[in-house]
Amino acid sequence: MTITLNHFSAAAVFALFASIVFGITHRENTRDMVRYGLYCFAMFLGGVLAAGWAMWLLRR
Amino acid sequence: MANSTAEKTKAASAEPVSMMSVLAPAVGWLIPGAGHMIQKRWIRGLLLFISIATLFVLGLAMQGRIYKANGGDILDILGFIGDVGAGGLYIVTLAADWGQGAIAFATADYGTKFMIVAGLLNFIAVADAYHIAIGKKQ
Repeated sequence: MTITLNHFSAAAVFALFASIVFGITHRENTRDMVRYGLYCFAMFLGGVLAAGWAMWLLRR
Repeated sequence: MANSTAEKTKAASAEPVSMMSVLAPAVGWLIPGAGHMIQKRWIRGLLLFISIATLFVLGLAMQGRIYKANGGDILDILGFIGDVGAGGLYIVTLAADWGQGAIAFATADYGTKFMIVAGLLNFIAVADAYHIAIGKKQ
């Protein structure tokens, strides 16, 4: 079985699972874990989008 | 102030090594999330297992390459260190001779990175299980 993900979906899957682990391991209580996990996820995806637009601008 | 810091350090070093502080990281390395589960952190353990195992299996399914023990290029050595963090998943993959990497697939490189990151995330989970075991974290 071979799964083919495009760049964005691979980054989104990576961001999702890495954020879950970061949230659980870096905070003490459940509420903070959820908040930190969401923050990491937003930062990962935000970073991907920002880097994408930066490369688009550099290419022009 | 200096005295209280010294007392804390002394007290911490005097703590006996509990069975759980050895068992939890070892089991957590072998099976991602199991270090939390044996300490009754069921949901955390399950989420860690799902996250790490899914990332690793997706990496395999994307035809990623698994690194074997080597003494060559520094990046290969670092790749091996990352992969070996996945514990049982890495052992099973090696035993089954999976993860040979298919150059034909452009996404195979993403798969290789997914497996390395899964191992590195498991190292973090193992450290967290240890901190719970010694009472540093709830």
